[in-house]
Amino acid sequence: MSDKHNIVRVSGVTKSFELGKLTVQALKGVDLAIRSGEYLSIMGPSGSGKSTLFNMIGGLDKPTTGKVFIDEVDIAQLDAFELAWLRNRKIGYIFQTFNLIQVMTALENVTLPMTFAGVPEEDAAKKGLELLGLVGLRERHAHKPMELSGGQQQRVAIARSLANTPAIVLADEPTGNLDLTTGEEIIALLKSLSRDRGVTIISATHDYKMLNVSDRVVWIRDGRIDKIEERDQLKITLGGIGAKEY
Amino acid sequence: MDQNSTHNGLFSSGAEGISRQVVLPMRKSLDISIRSLQVRFFRSLITVMSLVLAVAFLAFTLLGHDVAMGLLASGQPSLQSELVKAGFDLAPGRYPGSYEVAASAKDRWIVILSLLVCAVGIVNAQLMAVTERFREIGTMKCLGALDSFVLRLFLLEAGMQGLAGSFVGAILGGITGVLVGMLRFGGPALMYLRFEDVAASMGWSILVGFILSLVGVSYPALVASRMPPVVAMRAEE
Ligand SMILES: Nc1ncnc2c1ncn2[C@@H]1O[C@H](COP(=O)(O)OP(=O)(O)O)[C@@H](O)[C@H]1O
Ligand SMILES: [Mg+2]
Repeated sequence: MSDKHNIVRVSGVTKSFELGKLTVQALKGVDLAIRSGEYLSIMGPSGSGKSTLFNMIGGLDKPTTGKVFIDEVDIAQLDAFELAWLRNRKIGYIFQTFNLIQVMTALENVTLPMTFAGVPEEDAAKKGLELLGLVGLRERHAHKPMELSGGQQQRVAIARSLANTPAIVLADEPTGNLDLTTGEEIIALLKSLSRDRGVTIISATHDYKMLNVSDRVVWIRDGRIDKIEERDQLKITLGGIGAKEY
Repeated sequence: MDQNSTHNGLFSSGAEGISRQVVLPMRKSLDISIRSLQVRFFRSLITVMSLVLAVAFLAFTLLGHDVAMGLLASGQPSLQSELVKAGFDLAPGRYPGSYEVAASAKDRWIVILSLLVCAVGIVNAQLMAVTERFREIGTMKCLGALDSFVLRLFLLEAGMQGLAGSFVGAILGGITGVLVGMLRFGGPALMYLRFEDVAASMGWSILVGFILSLVGVSYPALVASRMPPVVAMRAEE
């Protein structure tokens, strides 16, 4: 990747939620540029606004003020069809709770985004099996989510997120519901995707295991960016505080 | 900055240029709906139950009427007087000098009421069924589903439920209607029953049930399909 343009740009984004008379300000002005191909972690304690930011970047929710650009297109300008197209082709989503469709098999879950994209059934099945192979679950393709472990479900979700070869994979606490070892495996998988396929990975997390693999870490606290650290700065942090937190 | 040129920047990055449509072919929609119905068989059964009952009642009433019409048309005075004794009102028919069995206003109201109650029951059951599936809806939207895909899936499911439920209801109600007629009037009830009357009554019952099922699901499905993905995903927790 020679072309390290900003694939995502967040500009002055705030988000408030009305809870009756109360207004909760989840994001209080976030500016962030994310380079194409990087592995970026958004770190912060629970309630700091990571998921809210994740939803804004993914076009799943609209900022109260400010703008989100994907490939320099302001996504607030997109109509319903373009937004669906964006979610379908440009971005792959991974969630803490896996969010596989329970009534479908692993393979059907992976091929669903391809169906939406108009890929012929046979091609979709072939690519679906390939992707399941990539996450090590090729022979479990006929299983329903209920018949798979948490880690396996998350692998299927990762395969699904790659269905239409998106430029960006967004992950919200992808290891949040997994035990230590399974979490490490998922992180290693995400890292290899970023390395081998050049996918931009943006992951919201409070899992310190994620620090090792990140190119950059955005520390967020109370709806604001606290600091942004590059990989080499991170090593120092890790040696100091990080090691204890593990 | 020119908005149009930046738009093209985003959408020409795909291999196939500016093909920015998302699709869900009808066959695939059917596939998914049938699957959903199979997996949630028990829940579907509950949703359909009130429909079966209401359609059965409708078919029962219509066929009772058909039996009476058949007896009246038989031209046998003994049967006709038995009809009157059984409490059927004979009203002047379309042709001078002919008579037909009048559907009593009471019967009509009971049928309409039962259909209304059934409609409310369906809306209620479908609201619950749809609420249970908020997460699935949100997930589909994250994968690129349009509102119309979600709406179509729910309409298909309800349509199939409606057809199946109405069919069962019409058969049950129809058979009961004829049996009751035979209990009252014996063999002639069946003998003089006209096939086209029966077919029409069954057809109407099934159609009414089918439409009722679609009407019942339309509000819940519309709400669900218009829900923004985040709201849908959050709802279940
Ligand atoms: N839909 C919502 N309605 C009301 N408050 C919300 C909503 N979503 C998030 N919040 C609030 O915004 C803050 C940030 O939440 P969130 O982004 O989920 O944090 P994190 O993902 O970092 O744990 C929290 O205080 C949360 O209660
Ligand atoms: Mg969160």
